[in-house]
This record gives sequence, C-alpha cells and structure tokens, in this order.
Amino acid sequence: MITFSAKRVLLVCALAFAVLLGLGFVLPKWLVFLGTIALANGLVSLGIVLMMRSGVVPFGQGLVFAAGGYTAALLFNRLGITDALLLSVLGGVAAFCISLPFAPLLARYRGIFFAMLTLALSMVLYGILMKTDTLGGSDGFNVTRPTLFGFRPEAAQSTLLLWGVTAGITCLMAGLARVYCDSTRGLLSLAVRENELRVEYMGMSVVNLVAWNYLLAAFVGGIGGALGVLALGHIDPNFSYWTTSGEFVFVAILAGYQSVTAVLVSSLLLELVRSFSSAYFPNTWQLVLGIFLLLVIRFLPDGLGSQMYRLLPKRPTKD
Amino acid sequence: MNSSRTILLSARSLNRSFGAVVAAAAISIDIASGERLCLIGSNGAGKTTFVNMITGYLKPSSGHIVLDGEDITALAPREITRRGVARSFQIPQLCMHMPVLDNLLASLHCSRGERSFLRSGRDTSAVTECLRLLDRFGLAKHASRPVMELPGGVRKLLDIAMALTGHPKLLMLDEPTSGVSAEEKFMTMDTVMTAIDRGAHGSPVTVVFVEHDMDIVERYASRVIAFYSGRVIADGSPSSVLADTEVQRYVTGSVRSPAEAAA
Repeated sequence: MITFSAKRVLLVCALAFAVLLGLGFVLPKWLVFLGTIALANGLVSLGIVLMMRSGVVPFGQGLVFAAGGYTAALLFNRLGITDALLLSVLGGVAAFCISLPFAPLLARYRGIFFAMLTLALSMVLYGILMKTDTLGGSDGFNVTRPTLFGFRPEAAQSTLLLWGVTAGITCLMAGLARVYCDSTRGLLSLAVRENELRVEYMGMSVVNLVAWNYLLAAFVGGIGGALGVLALGHIDPNFSYWTTSGEFVFVAILAGYQSVTAVLVSSLLLELVRSFSSAYFPNTWQLVLGIFLLLVIRFLPDGLGSQMYRLLPKRPTKD
Repeated sequence: MNSSRTILLSARSLNRSFGAVVAAAAISIDIASGERLCLIGSNGAGKTTFVNMITGYLKPSSGHIVLDGEDITALAPREITRRGVARSFQIPQLCMHMPVLDNLLASLHCSRGERSFLRSGRDTSAVTECLRLLDRFGLAKHASRPVMELPGGVRKLLDIAMALTGHPKLLMLDEPTSGVSAEEKFMTMDTVMTAIDRGAHGSPVTVVFVEHDMDIVERYASRVIAFYSGRVIADGSPSSVLADTEVQRYVTGSVRSPAEAAA
C-alpha cells in the first residue's frame, strides 16, 4: 500500500474539493444531483471498505444509512435544525451511537455470520420503521431545502449548495479514511484480514480492532444517510431495506479494498448505470447491474482500486 | 537447572486431555531466567501442548502457570504476550499477502502498544528499527517481498523475528528448524541465537525451543526436558538427558526394547 503523509493527503483532498465544487457550476443540474447521491452513498460504501480491510463484509449498512437519514430528517422537521453540515454530523453521531451496543458482539463473528447478523439488524430496524407511525410508517416523510450557516438558498441554488456540502464532507472523510488506512491501526486491520491468530500473538485484540472499524463505518455511513435524505428530500423505511444494503456492498466490491478514491468512483458508476439502465432498459436495470457485477468479478476480482493502485508509484524500500 | 538463577516461569501440575489422549499429565516445570531450554519427545508426547498452555492457546484442565510472580493461567494469548512471553509456530503464522516489512511493522506497533488512528504505520523510526531487525536475521533483502513468495526457511526466520519485536522475557520457539534442510539447520539456529543475543539489550532472553534433531539439542540447549505420553521422563543437562535409557528408548530410539532385541 502506498504511504501518503497526512499533509499531502489533506492537500489532495482540498484540491479535489475545489475541482468538485467547480464542476458543480458547469455540469448539468441532473448530473450534479446524481453526483450528490453518489457521494452520499459512496460514504456508506467507504465504511464497508474500511471493514473489508479487516476481513469482514457487512450486509446491513442500511441500518446506519437509515439511522443517519432519520436522525437528520427528524431533527429538521421536529427541532427545526436545518443546517446541512450540522445535520450530517449529527446523522453520523446517531449512527455511531446506535451501532455502539452491537459492535462488541458483531466483532466476534466472521464471514457469512457477520454479514447475516448485520443484515438482521438492518431488517429489524426496517420492521420497526414500517410499524411506527410517528416516524412516518411505510410512507416516511419529506424534508425541505436545508440551509448552510444561516443561508437559505433559492430552489435553483439548493442543488448546488448541497453538492458543495456533500463534496466537502466526502473529501474530508475520504482523506481521513486514507490517513486511517495508512495508520498503525490501518496496518493492523490488514494483518487481521490475513492472520487473526498472529495478531492476537502480537498482543492486539482482534475484536477491539474489528469493533472500531464497525463503529467508524457506522459514523461515515450515518453521514451518508443524512446527506442522502437532504438530497432526495424524502425518507422512508427502504433506507434500511436489504436491497439498499446490497447496493452499498456492490459498490464496495466494485471498488475493492485498496483505494479510497475507487469507492467514490464506483458509487458514481453505479448511479450512472442505474440511471441509464432505467432510461433505456426500464424494469430490467437490476439485470444490467447483475451482468455488470459479474463482469467486474470476472475481470477485476480485486476491484477498480487494484487498477488504480497499479498506476501509482511503488513505495521505496531498502532492498 | 541452575538454582542460582531466578525463576521466570513456573508451571505447576498442568493437566490437559483431548478425549482419551492425555497430552499433559501433572507437568511441573520451573524455567530460570536466561536458560536455553529444549523440549524433546516423539510426536504426540506433549511438547507443543506445553508451549500452547504457556502461551494461552490452550487452557490446562487443572494446574497453574506463574510468570514473574503473576498467575497467567487464565489469560488470553494477547495478555500473555503483553507480559513478555512471545512465541513462534511450527507452521509459521504470517500475513502471507503482506510484504515482509509490513509483517514486522505490524508486530512492532503491537509490541510498542501503538494503536493510533492517525499516526502512520510506516513512520521512519519504526521502519528503521524493523530493517535493523531484518538485517540481524539476514532478511533485509526480502523486505519488500510478499511473504507468499518466500521459501519455508525464510518464513521460519521471519516468524521468529516477529516474536522478537517486543523484546520478550521468554521466547518459545516451536520447532524452529522443521522444514529447513539438514545442511541449513545449524546456520538457521546460529542466525536465530545470534539475533536473540544481539537483541537482548542487557537483559537475558530466556529461550524454550522444541526440537527433534539431537545434534541441534546438544549444541544449543543448556537444559533438556524429555516428554513421553504427556509426562516428563527426564530433565537435566543435554548430556545427562540424552544418556538416559528411557529417553533413548522412547525419544531418540537409540536403545532397542527387549522385545525388539529378541525379534
């Protein structure tokens, strides 16, 4: 894995944010909206990739996506908190807190058991949301345009404002994720993925490491949920449904575990495939998506990130 | 055993069975600080079970293990490692797809208690220390190679090098020369023992190793314990243990049983 210094990572993130912000002014509005959704969803997949690095794949990140989304929507409608930035952070905090009691339990399981347990939790939340009228029941509820530092945009500016907030948060989270992947814990996560027994004999608690990765994934996933609901202007229990979780896993598999940027590119790719498939192959876009995934697994088993990784210069070592 | 030395580890009445197979029957062993203790015995005699009980991989059915005055019997492997007991494995336990350097870095960070979310896992001081350790084992030239590309003997050395990153008080090596060719065994053991001595930082590293090659045992051990059927059948200097008739009959195979002699 390539090592970046934290300063360099932050500089790259600032540049990426400037480019994305600039693109918001020149790209068509529909594409900016699509990009906002892609980045918000990409944050959830980014969390999955953090967990993939320690050898587990959750199939229930709809739980944190919905937790973040419902928190933002409820705070918006019930408490009048309309600041997009604040709502995003609170969405992340809520998802973190909801995941906290489950983390030590889930961290003891591996493989299909971990995946199914996370899926079960997300479906329990789905069931609760469907039956709870105060949370909108099966219809959910709407959210109007958010503000930023007291500024309330016009309808035409709203998409651009939310794009800016989403791009800023995503770049920051992607940068922090990169720093985390290169940190001592990031290195140990890869060691856990390879050989848990060895890591225990190094003196490290594998359960602690996996649990923290789950919580970090919950935090970024919650932020993604909050941004998602602000972009869509509506939330319903489908945020926690298993097909939603499946799409996040799809993006994570498409990206692989080696590159943070690949996660966001993959998320954008999924949204484009979904949009164009819906337009040109109505009712069969899942078929297109399935074929697309098969091709990725066949020809890019380590994901898009492995190709991006190959293009980067290798870390010098003393041979 | 040299009685003038302080006792580092004391195992008292350890028992462990796997179904009808008795792997440890009332094993009581004191290990003094600075010893080079070799465990010998035929396959299934209980050597690795003893190592596994000391390092927390297996819990004894009864008995106690005391390290430096602290009872470690019920502790998890990571807790025992943190208290200064490190081990290598008969089949090296490594991160096969990671480079050699990253394997060692991960081990070094754990032994230093560094679990930072932000600090680089490949900072200069850690990399320098790991390269120095790799150099002691003659592995520096393999630093950037994934472990899966390395031959078995090199993996063995890396496994031992990883155990040494935490400057352990007690190092347990499970068959350090298994899988190494006959002509390379002495070279491997020389490398290991020299690396251990050079990395001792003034305080002696106590070494317990499991071995089947009696030439290695005679050359590198200061004390030998022979196991048979989960029991200790001899304990003493290499020459005295290897001369013991029970050891010759059940371990080294150099004395034939009366039935064999008659046949």
